[in-house]
Amino acid sequence: MDEKDGEETTYEVPIGPIHPALKEPFLIKFKLDGEEIVDADPHPGMNHRGIEFMGMHRNPVKVIPLSERICGICSIVHQHMYTTAVEHAVDIVPTNRARYIRTIMMELERIHSHVLWAGVAAHEIGFDTHLHFTWKIREKVMDLLEKISGNRVNYSMWTFGGVRRDITEDMHPDIDETLDYYLDLYDKLEDIFLGDPSIRHRTKNIGILTEEDAMKLCGVGPTVRASGVKKDVRIDQPYAAYGDLDIDYVIPSRYDYEDVGDVFSKTLVRLKEVVQSINIIRQCVEKMPEGEITSEPNMAALLNKLKSAEGEGVGRIEAPRGEAMHYVRLVEDNEDVDCWKVRASTYNNLATYAPMFLGEQIADIPIIAASIDPCIGCMDRAEIVDVNTGEKEEYTDEELHELSVQKTERMLGGIDE
Amino acid sequence: MKLSKTFDKALWVFHLNSGSCNACDIEIVAAITPRYDTERFGIKLVGTPRHADVLLFTGPVTKKMKDRVLRVYEQTPEPKVVLVVGNCGSTTGVYYDSYGIEGPLDELLPEDANIIYANGCPVRPENIINGVKEAWLFLEKVRGDNE
Repeated sequence: MDEKDGEETTYEVPIGPIHPALKEPFLIKFKLDGEEIVDADPHPGMNHRGIEFMGMHRNPVKVIPLSERICGICSIVHQHMYTTAVEHAVDIVPTNRARYIRTIMMELERIHSHVLWAGVAAHEIGFDTHLHFTWKIREKVMDLLEKISGNRVNYSMWTFGGVRRDITEDMHPDIDETLDYYLDLYDKLEDIFLGDPSIRHRTKNIGILTEEDAMKLCGVGPTVRASGVKKDVRIDQPYAAYGDLDIDYVIPSRYDYEDVGDVFSKTLVRLKEVVQSINIIRQCVEKMPEGEITSEPNMAALLNKLKSAEGEGVGRIEAPRGEAMHYVRLVEDNEDVDCWKVRASTYNNLATYAPMFLGEQIADIPIIAASIDPCIGCMDRAEIVDVNTGEKEEYTDEELHELSVQKTERMLGGIDE
Repeated sequence: MKLSKTFDKALWVFHLNSGSCNACDIEIVAAITPRYDTERFGIKLVGTPRHADVLLFTGPVTKKMKDRVLRVYEQTPEPKVVLVVGNCGSTTGVYYDSYGIEGPLDELLPEDANIIYANGCPVRPENIINGVKEAWLFLEKVRGDNE
């Protein structure tokens, strides 16, 4: 409790690291003036497992399964970024068929991630019926992912130069059926999350992120697209098969809504992206080229190639939560990965908490916290500790922004060389 | 202590993530939602360890979470069962050589802790339900039905 002039007082309320509203260990310290939030201070680091360190002590092939265990919800995302970064460094070109299979898998994961988020959001504002409803319909896409890859989560499907499992003709009816299932249910989802008056009451004009703040704080993904920022790596810098596909930015004004940037807009963007994903998968299934699924079928030869490889690579992707990036460096006399750096989308989006929380009520904390779809498992890979004193350094938003800009410049410099 | 017969038919579970990758955690939520629906067996997630009979641990226990894990274990009233969900909780799994990991969990908890393992990376919901069944059997033993 801070006292100013013996009169005004603010209370500090810590939420986390173990809290029923959080599924992951994470701590935010709120300063409250009555019901109103005057300051929010996130303290990450509880989920720090040292994944990059572990990756730098294993050979590049062993790091693939490790990379998908950065986060169990976006495992395909990290797998894809890591493999493309190594492919970029070693000049391995994935086959055309593999590019399409990768795109289908990534979009299926986007459907599962967004539907999961819708359930969590409903749970946070007290609609547990909707949580159970969305998680029930989510099982359909999990079944399809299991049918294609053999596992419900952590698919281990990627390899350098392609994928390890094919999507054959006989799977097409299953894919079609799943996509139809979601299209049929979509109206009901929209009716629940966009039409229901009590949900609108809890989401409209809550946790607003203005377009200016979104740009200033370098937010990514649906979080900033809801504010009207046209930012999507799938269109800005196409990877996998996205270059061949018809795809557009999902922002609220495209659907006759205003680009407000509140929780409602974020819900809208995520729901519309489910439809977009269905559309993309349909296009991929239609256009899928014939051919091999991997350009490096011989594992021994691949390992030899990686052992003597030298180079730097970057993998960039539009994850369900926004843009994320992996950087990999391989050097000749080191058979392990020499350097591996991961930048996940929640790292950027966490800075957007500050303007969203300010002035809101305590009761809105859970839904605002959930609105960026935070993934602490993805983000907690670095913390800054002063070794001499053991004290943690804290950064203001401007400093974080500056650091982020410097890092991007550093990485871009690395590519040019 | 003699437990009533109804006790183990309504197991209350507290879920604690000690640094896992989220995969097991979403499978736990999948296990309580309609497809697998463990709530029909009286199993439900509660908000505090003081209400719990079963502690559901996921993750390899990171440095920062170690003290909190032990505190939550101590806060849970006896008799209790610890259900370790996922390979990283039982052996640290894929994170075996990291500087930031204090686990596996069974090396941290007291020696008399009753630990049940549900393995898999991630654990399938069916296996989580199986783990809860094991917890039932253990609690029946505490009551003296199985002896």
